[in-house]
Amino acid sequence: MAVVFEKTKGLTDVETHYCPGCTHGIIHRLVAEVLEELGVLDETIGVAPVGCSVLAYKYFNCDMHEAAHGRAPAVATGIKRVRPENFVFTYQGDGDLASIGTAEIVHAAHRGEKISTIFVNNAIYGMTGGQMAPTTLVGQKATTAPYGRDEKHCGKPIRIAEMLATIDGAKFVERVTVTSPAHVRKAKKAIKECFQVQLEGKGFGIVEVLSTCPTNWGLTPVEALKWLEDNMIPYYPLGNFRRPEEVVSSIQK
Amino acid sequence: MAKVLMKGNEAIGAAAIEAGCKYFFGYPITPQSELPEYMARELPKIGGIFLQAESEIAAINMVYGAAGAGARVMTSSSSPGISLKQEGITYIAGAELPCVIVNIMRGGPGLGSIQPSQTDYFQATRGGGNGDYRVVVLAPSNVQELVDLVIEGFDIADQYRNPVMILGDGMIGQMMEPVEFKKPKSRDLPEKDWATTGTGGKRKPNIINSLYLEAEELEEHNKKLQAKYNTIKENEVKVESYNIENADVVIAAYGTTARIAKTAISQLEKEGYKVGLIRPITLWPYPYDEFEKINDKCKGILTVEMNTGQMVDDVKIAVKGKYPVHFYGRTGGMVPTPGEIVEKVKKIYGGEI
Repeated sequence: MAVVFEKTKGLTDVETHYCPGCTHGIIHRLVAEVLEELGVLDETIGVAPVGCSVLAYKYFNCDMHEAAHGRAPAVATGIKRVRPENFVFTYQGDGDLASIGTAEIVHAAHRGEKISTIFVNNAIYGMTGGQMAPTTLVGQKATTAPYGRDEKHCGKPIRIAEMLATIDGAKFVERVTVTSPAHVRKAKKAIKECFQVQLEGKGFGIVEVLSTCPTNWGLTPVEALKWLEDNMIPYYPLGNFRRPEEVVSSIQK
Repeated sequence: MAKVLMKGNEAIGAAAIEAGCKYFFGYPITPQSELPEYMARELPKIGGIFLQAESEIAAINMVYGAAGAGARVMTSSSSPGISLKQEGITYIAGAELPCVIVNIMRGGPGLGSIQPSQTDYFQATRGGGNGDYRVVVLAPSNVQELVDLVIEGFDIADQYRNPVMILGDGMIGQMMEPVEFKKPKSRDLPEKDWATTGTGGKRKPNIINSLYLEAEELEEHNKKLQAKYNTIKENEVKVESYNIENADVVIAAYGTTARIAKTAISQLEKEGYKVGLIRPITLWPYPYDEFEKINDKCKGILTVEMNTGQMVDDVKIAVKGKYPVHFYGRTGGMVPTPGEIVEKVKKIYGGEI
């Protein structure tokens, strides 16, 4: 019988802890497939965050380092400076990267640190039970914003991709989502291009992936996908914000 | 090798390089900035990396990554900066990684001052961050000893997979003394087969981690850490003592304060007083047993510190109520004088206190 799909070697056989309908699973698979396809899995060191993907170190089939909340880019910096020949990535959520870890991500990008970051933005703190994140939309309810996020009280949600795109050291910045097969394909292409930027020694790269949290949004998985498309994409536009031209040409080949 | 005249902070850098440390992640703060400056100058010459981080928190987390990747790595700071590093230090201790952290202490609390002090004794010897953990704390009292302890500190860190802290005060960081660089005692250091190097397709993934969600597993992990700490207590205590078998009063002091105490002791001896000294060189593990050797007729112990009384608690634990324990301290950047110590010892002699 012809094999039409095989699970990537980039993931372990461990069952994940993610909630039904959460898109972390898809994003994990894309990262792992890209690592395998680029032939770098055996030389990869991943850095896991604190938050929903805290256990990512059990799921990626490569050397992993579990960081403190928000500090993954600093940990990755330490690893990459010691082992420049290895491929180093961080996998972080929006509480981790966009709140407590803003200094670390901004300065890793600013130094042009040759690491790649997968930034999963689901507009909420999932692991701790649905608290407001810096990325929570105005009016969106959270356990610490029970009346909905009030712009006058806590400002508008932070747009990480746009902010990092202003930094010279950030050579690749793109925002994608995984709400449909077409979006999944585009997301994978962006991740591959981002990782290529590191492999070619060009500097820092980040892919922001808009993701769902059916559990804490109080929606079914299908409703959550629609909610993301209707509410998050208008505020967090998809697309590429930065790319080095040479990388584009090598990917298009 | 001939002796060279070096400032304490720079001697730390030279000793670290001598010990094979090629990576330094730091952030400026007085009174230790000569160390990162020295590393910025010297590490590129040997193919190493000096990186100025965006904060002390980032610097210690870079150390966490570098140590996990198997490198000999150092960071340094002074008191308020060391407080910021505690997050990373507890992760490094929890994940059992080796590294050397330098604290050139200044006055506190808060922003305090930039003058020398010993006010971080509690923080250093009780772990400092969250959780049940210890770091090995080495307290040099001259620049030569500082160099020796930095070099040996890297070996201790590697042997036990544990952070080692060099605890000095602003005075030792700033003073210049002649030093030579000697090989430490030879140790059987384990292979770093746990490091993140990439699997190379030849082994299962290595994971650097301090998270254990199952209570049973975390308890086991903590028991394992405690067993390691007990081994360190058995093997690594360092202490200098003087005349405690005959002394009527014994002074307990470490670091710069112990040097001042020595001057006071020779002054007192000239006047016919019998005064001993216990100088802990490792503040953790603490040389509790050394206090057992004090003679029974001793009138009391005088603990001298540049703080309001921190090591004095360990002295009380050590003497188990056998002798009265007195304290003399100056703080805020004030330094005890030999004369002040002499006066205090005479009061203990005379039964005035």
